[in-house]
Amino acid sequence: MQEYLLKMEGICKTFPGVKALDEACILVKKGEVHALMGENGAGKSTLMKVLNGLLQPDKGRICLEGEEIKVENPAAALKKGIAMIYQELNPIRDMTVAENIFIGREFMKGLFVDKKKSEAEAEALLKRFGLAIDPRARMRTLSIAQMQMIEIMKAISSGAKLIVMDEPTSSLTDEEIKVLFQKIEELKKAQVSVIYISHRLEETFTIADAVTVMRDGRYIATRDVEELDKNTLIQMMVGRELSNIYPKEEAEIGKTVLEVKNLCGDRFWDISFQVRRGEILGFYGLVGAGRSEVFRRIFGMDSGSGGEICLDGKALSISRPYHAIRSGIVMVTEDRKEDGLVLCRSIQENIALPNLKRYQKGPFLNGEREKKECREIAGKMSVKMSGLHQLAGQLSGGNQQKVVLSKWLMEQPKVLILDEPTRGIDVGAKAEIYALMCEFAKQGLAIVMISSELPEVMGMSDRMIIMGEGRIRGEFRREEYAQDEILKSALGGKEKEEG
Amino acid sequence: MKTEGKFLKRENVALYVRNYALAVIFIFVCMVFAIASPTFLTMTNIIGVLRQVSVNGILAVGMMMVIITGGIDLSIGPLAATAGVVSALLLEKNEGILVPAVLAGILSAAIISMWTGMLVAKMRIAPFIASLSTMSIAKGVVLVIADGVPHTIKDKTYTNIGNGFLWDPSKTGGLSIPIPILVFTAVAIVVGVTLYKTRYGRHIYAVGGNENAAIASGVNTVRVKFCTYVFNGILCGIAGIVLAGRITSGQPTAASGYEMDAITAVIVGGTSMTGGVGRISGTIIGVLIIGVLNNGLVLMGVSSYYQQIIKGVIIAAAVLLDMKTKKN
Repeated sequence: MQEYLLKMEGICKTFPGVKALDEACILVKKGEVHALMGENGAGKSTLMKVLNGLLQPDKGRICLEGEEIKVENPAAALKKGIAMIYQELNPIRDMTVAENIFIGREFMKGLFVDKKKSEAEAEALLKRFGLAIDPRARMRTLSIAQMQMIEIMKAISSGAKLIVMDEPTSSLTDEEIKVLFQKIEELKKAQVSVIYISHRLEETFTIADAVTVMRDGRYIATRDVEELDKNTLIQMMVGRELSNIYPKEEAEIGKTVLEVKNLCGDRFWDISFQVRRGEILGFYGLVGAGRSEVFRRIFGMDSGSGGEICLDGKALSISRPYHAIRSGIVMVTEDRKEDGLVLCRSIQENIALPNLKRYQKGPFLNGEREKKECREIAGKMSVKMSGLHQLAGQLSGGNQQKVVLSKWLMEQPKVLILDEPTRGIDVGAKAEIYALMCEFAKQGLAIVMISSELPEVMGMSDRMIIMGEGRIRGEFRREEYAQDEILKSALGGKEKEEG
Repeated sequence: MKTEGKFLKRENVALYVRNYALAVIFIFVCMVFAIASPTFLTMTNIIGVLRQVSVNGILAVGMMMVIITGGIDLSIGPLAATAGVVSALLLEKNEGILVPAVLAGILSAAIISMWTGMLVAKMRIAPFIASLSTMSIAKGVVLVIADGVPHTIKDKTYTNIGNGFLWDPSKTGGLSIPIPILVFTAVAIVVGVTLYKTRYGRHIYAVGGNENAAIASGVNTVRVKFCTYVFNGILCGIAGIVLAGRITSGQPTAASGYEMDAITAVIVGGTSMTGGVGRISGTIIGVLIIGVLNNGLVLMGVSSYYQQIIKGVIIAAAVLLDMKTKKN
């Protein structure tokens, strides 16, 4: 029996309104590659943030090599031998490879940095792992895969016993993934443990020794990879009953409103679909599947290279959101703070912003009418506020989302795109937003709902399109919905024949 | 509608407190000077202060609009000088064409500010750098036009814009309104109405508050930013005319360094440097505080060296106040 390098037990973490971790745990043996799996929002990243000291747990204990430790921050974690390699790398691009590896731990010669020694050390390290990278090269000249390798080297040179890799392959090519896996094998030989987070099932079976599955912030099970097959694993990841918080009501589905043909962009290819009047079309996929990018293109926030967008049978040319809004396509973006609301301005100003033309009276705005209509629509959406002059930034997430909905539904749009409409919103407000969606559909709006929460998409949509790696992977009608089929399709289309 | 007014007050307590706090500071400063110097509260001195703050006031109001969009304009001094020189030169060559000359002066400032507008809005260069470029260009342009020398303005009406009164003060025992104050008031009203009552004004706040959200709401942010720099250029032109009238000549180096006074007044007035927040009333009080400080310190015989130090401390104190009221 091998000893455990890391034991995290009974970890609890509550965010306002959400229990992100509920008695979560993970046990990692020395020199093992341990995959951490679960759906979006299962709590994997939160658990790793606790391990890394970015978050402090409310409860629970972390033991490293049998000793209980407290991790105050990422620097302390690194000192204790826990290194984390993030999905988004941020090296200092204008410094050299050697400087990046030894940053914060520079070799000194008196008062000055010993450049020669650090370069020699870096060279030796790179050679040991068979990497053909010049330690004197600037970081910006490296590929993303190479930068990732440098991050790993940095972790090893600082004496890491445990390296956490969060979706390390998401931006790598197949060739680069092979190299990465070789390096992980070498790490194993050096008795370094790896916690590997990935959405790709195949990778887990290729590289991992053991798997821990999480769901809804809770620990589900840990198994050796040899005793597992893909279906069991998916079963473990999904295995939840659909609760009935989705007040889906049937709306009359009419003619096609929005039709997209062969749309291409930087991170998606050949996207074609249609949405009808009164229909709620779900767009499901794992994080990074390219769903948001497709709709940012349709809404004119990103530019694209090819394809056609038709509204009511007429082709549109959209290069700015203004064009989309004018045609009747509106979008509730993924990040309210980033591009949904002007937080330092009032609720009224936010609701009125895209609708100011309505209130134009000569050169000025008709303030009375604006106030009246804003109050009406905010009332319809039941925005809880102390007054229209309250600042948008003072509202809770759910109420902010309702303000965003208000601003778009003032003028009757034809297509409503909702990107993660319930993210960061408490359960009560979620239900209200679902109810509003049903009502909009009844009024004849065509709705697209992008979501990473499978139960939500299954509960609310009439039809679902699955995206993965920038392409459409499948389509399901409401009567065909089955969690494992959908998840399989999202994880990798190839598995479909087997199941 | 009355309840709405009350609501408005309760919701914006922080903002009101800040505006009142500024007013309180202003009154306090006035009181200190009134006690320290017997001449401070005389009619002549008050009128003198008001006349002096007018040019900075017009510039500050324009600067405030630019800052609300999240930008800054360092080129306002040379822009004002351009307007003065262009109008003075035209009058020198053709006597009696006051109105076209003044309009041409203002227009020339507006045209130069298009350079900043284009660099910032279209080319997305940082406003600080873009306006630094314009500042240098405008400084050169105005020296070329003026051939490096001041041009005297003989037109009585023109010099009255800077020095005149609404009615003759000698008949009312020194009580009158200087023309520059009228110009400043008119500019403040126009800018206030633009900011609060027009679509463009709302767009200015949205662009500065969250540019991405503004774009996603269909606002043409490029146009809004461009127009704001040009609008500011027009105001610089007007300020330049008032200044040229007061010093009775178009000087190529007039108004140099005025950008710092304008920025100071705007910040003291509670406008957020990150954009999106700012009120005309705050800026006016900011202008008055700076003006009274300048005047009172001179009356008290404080050397100009110390004046600089005191002004610097005031800026820091105002910004600290700004941050504190925002947190609550």
